[in-house]
Amino acid sequence: MAELETKAPPIERGHEQGTDEPYWYDVPDEDAEAEEPPPPPKPLRARRPRLPRPLTTAVERSAAIILLLALWEALPRAGVVDRVFVPPLSENLAAGYDLLVTGQLGEHLGASLLRSFAGFALAIALAIPLGLAIGWYRPVAAFLNPVLELFRNTSAVALLPVFTLILGIGETTKITFVLYACSWPILLNTISGVKTVEPLLIKSARSMGLGPFRLFQKVILPAAVPTIFTGVRLAGAYSILVLLFAEMVGAKAGLGYLIQASQSSFRIHDMYAGIITISAIGLLFNQLLVSVERRFSTWRTT
Amino acid sequence: MKIAIQNVGKVFEIRDSDRPFTALEDIDLDIRAGEFLTLVGPSGCGKSTLLDLIAGLTRPTSGQILIDGVPITGPGLDRGIVFQQYALFPWRTATGNVEFGLEAKAVPKKERAERARHYLDLVGLAGFEDRYPHELSGGMRQRVAIARSLAFDPDVLLMDEPFAALDAQTRESLQEELLHIWEKTGKTIVFITHGIDEAVYLGQRVAVMTSRPGRIKETLAIEFGSREGDLRAETRFGEYRHHIWTLLRDEVAAARREEASSVG
Repeated sequence: MAELETKAPPIERGHEQGTDEPYWYDVPDEDAEAEEPPPPPKPLRARRPRLPRPLTTAVERSAAIILLLALWEALPRAGVVDRVFVPPLSENLAAGYDLLVTGQLGEHLGASLLRSFAGFALAIALAIPLGLAIGWYRPVAAFLNPVLELFRNTSAVALLPVFTLILGIGETTKITFVLYACSWPILLNTISGVKTVEPLLIKSARSMGLGPFRLFQKVILPAAVPTIFTGVRLAGAYSILVLLFAEMVGAKAGLGYLIQASQSSFRIHDMYAGIITISAIGLLFNQLLVSVERRFSTWRTT
Repeated sequence: MKIAIQNVGKVFEIRDSDRPFTALEDIDLDIRAGEFLTLVGPSGCGKSTLLDLIAGLTRPTSGQILIDGVPITGPGLDRGIVFQQYALFPWRTATGNVEFGLEAKAVPKKERAERARHYLDLVGLAGFEDRYPHELSGGMRQRVAIARSLAFDPDVLLMDEPFAALDAQTRESLQEELLHIWEKTGKTIVFITHGIDEAVYLGQRVAVMTSRPGRIKETLAIEFGSREGDLRAETRFGEYRHHIWTLLRDEVAAARREEASSVG
């Protein structure tokens, strides 16, 4: 993060005046803001005191969520919705806390995360090299494209029975299932990342005498990284989504199992605790991947 | 003779058409070592194709191009190209971009950094070494591209309308600096432009090309008593300019007719 902060802010093109550094017409204009004409007088409405900027954005961004949570608490208590089926938020959280203290939540969470990560990691390890190879050899890409389109548009969930038939209902099935679902976004993004490298960059590198291997290593690969990462981030979301489904259908542990089993034995609070946990995990995981993605694509701002 | 272009022709096969496209025909041109040659022609006359041929990125259909008497077999670090659209690697800093060619040349790491700093300094970018291309203005990006091409020390610098995308002031300052760099380094420069002023200002010799298929219509030696001062204000500058303008006017008209007949 530190190096991100020391870097100068992106500079807009177009304003070519402002400093008397070596080439005034050429130096991007960092002082532009200071030299801008004073802002016009504010309309009367804007006069009331305002919260500091970061605070207001934080409030703005979470307002809808806070409202939603408040409604979840209030509506069941007011009797607007049946509190047997939708208990107030606080009761669900309390149930979740109990599950956490007894270690049950940790157990289910651990089982789910292990499967998700295993499938996700395997998908990365397999789909990126495969995508690079397919994207690099254009005839292969052209040949495989219809098949890829077909599979991409076939819901992974539809194939779960097939996986179960072949691999049984153990861990292998679940991890393979996650692996399968995660592979597509990574694979397709990798292929497109390799295929859409700016031709001029390739020409420029070739003019400096780079052979195919070094061209790939020094130009194609770095140029494709941001696109690949978008695929990885999508796959991260998939890894949790599809696993939950697999766990609901056949498992003895995991958050999907917890949610499904609680529902069928009418432990409604536990069910909601499971759901809240899974959305928190999903959100967290996505945030993590977004920040990793940013780290790898700082240059892609235009 | 640094570059000898002998009877070079280039024909492209066009998909879905049995009429091949002749881009260049019978190009004969010799470029001396250390010469600054500018190449002007109407748009679509094959200027860039000719540059690609000298760079070794494509092969001529007929004829041959020799560098120091040896036929070109492919791209190499004895020639550097500067493109109109800069072609900088956006994931590398200014330094990283300049080092690219040095990596290709297998220059040791320590020396790479040193050379990169030296050449960025030469093009007036000291202090901007760690900027990414998107943090630089158009003029600065082109300076990085020039530094990158100079850094691996090619004998020949091939420039494809390098200043066409820049505003007038930036362009003039870069033209002036390019002349300084050329005087300082003694490179052979082939500079493509569609600007007549630019061609006369920069070139020791201007080669004027015909419209499609491209041929060399005339080469014109540009001689000023001195290159100091405001060349553009000299009467001779105006004469050269007018002469090339007249040559080009016919070609532009021919190109238009060709375009109209192919559309109609």
